[in-house]
Amino acid sequence: MRNFGFSTTKSRTIDYGDIDRRLISYILENEPTFNACLSCGSCTAICSAGNLTSFNIRKLSLQIRLGDLEKTHEEIDKCMLCGKCLLECPRGINTRNVVMLIKKGLTIFEIKDKA
Amino acid sequence: MIDVLIIGGGIAGIETACSLQDLGYETIIVEKEKTIGGHLNDWDTLFPTHRSASEVLAHYTDETRKRALTIYLNTYVISVKKQDDGTFEVHTSRDVVFRSKAVVVASGYKLFNAERKEEYGYKIYDNVLTSADLEVKLKDLKGEFKTPTDKVPERIAFIHCVGSRDEKSGNHYCSKLCCVTAVKQAIHLKQLCPKAEIFCCYMDLRMYGPGFEEMYREAQEKYHIQFIRGRLSEVGENSNGTLQLKVEDTLAARPCKIQVDMLVLMVGMESAKSTELFAQSCGLKCAPNRFIQPLDHHIGSNLTNVEGLFTAGTSIGPMSVFDTVNHAKATAFAIRDYFINTAR
Repeated sequence: MRNFGFSTTKSRTIDYGDIDRRLISYILENEPTFNACLSCGSCTAICSAGNLTSFNIRKLSLQIRLGDLEKTHEEIDKCMLCGKCLLECPRGINTRNVVMLIKKGLTIFEIKDKA
Repeated sequence: MIDVLIIGGGIAGIETACSLQDLGYETIIVEKEKTIGGHLNDWDTLFPTHRSASEVLAHYTDETRKRALTIYLNTYVISVKKQDDGTFEVHTSRDVVFRSKAVVVASGYKLFNAERKEEYGYKIYDNVLTSADLEVKLKDLKGEFKTPTDKVPERIAFIHCVGSRDEKSGNHYCSKLCCVTAVKQAIHLKQLCPKAEIFCCYMDLRMYGPGFEEMYREAQEKYHIQFIRGRLSEVGENSNGTLQLKVEDTLAARPCKIQVDMLVLMVGMESAKSTELFAQSCGLKCAPNRFIQPLDHHIGSNLTNVEGLFTAGTSIGPMSVFDTVNHAKATAFAIRDYFINTAR
């Protein structure tokens, strides 16, 4: 490619026509309750890991829905599987199973974090 | 035989009775409490105008007296039985059996018992109130507003959706009035305690009615109420009686702590237990939210699956005062249609 002497930045726009749905489809197929998330944040507020680290299960779920899987591995490893989020969820989502499915899905689809 | 027996002497029941009287029908009202007016008796002011609830109540008390409506107080319905000839036999806690050509279920609702959400600390911590408790407190207010532990509050939080939109408490539906009630109460408290910081923790704000959105805007602009988009997870009490809230500020995507002097839980509306019981006795269909299922949501919300049995007000779901009054008026017309069509 010709060098014009300047670089461009990748667009930050979410393109709903071009989303990596592998992981989210796998989770929804195996845990359909995950469809019902309201993003209320009860899970994050009660989360022990979230109070100590940057772990935010609600935000991570949103990123997975948008196919943004660059740091999923690193983030999901912060979860201690205590299941308090599961007790709290007003929509009855089995959040702990969602975490397990994220872990499984990352392995199945060989998704690696971006260095 | 009377024309219409109305179960419930709240505003739905009385409004139905008034409208039916205007149409020329004879009614009796059966009310389980010792007074008419239902929950309106416990309210201080009404949204969106901050009008005194007792003013509206007085209107209905006057109407009842002027029209000489027949009301049986302290009487609860045990069963409603439809007869072969299409009339109804209503058994109550009184010895007499009432017979009528039609029945209106205007038995209202009950408030969610906040003790069921133990993690919110109601009846565990002194400074946790429900929205209904706050109405009573405001109604009886003499002098300065203080928290239950006798402090002029510096920080107050309102929690939306307590016992609403919550699978864990068995209520998946939206109670729809708590959002605007929280805004109304937040404004009221800010007027009483101008120095207090007030927070509203919400999942979604549903300002569906006329004047509601305006009120919300006023709460932001004029009263500086802070709206945090996040649902409360749990409450703890500090040694000085203040409360520690755990919420995620979802818009900032960070868990946050809020320390407050008083917490107000916006309790939702549930179907009254008695409604469920006598609904069973006459084969009345209830919706998955346990309120009575209207025959047709759009063009027959006053009708039920039992012909001759009608509903008015919150027996079919959460409703505001003005929605209740309109619904009750419509019930009277639905009954007139029924009488004309069945030549009763």
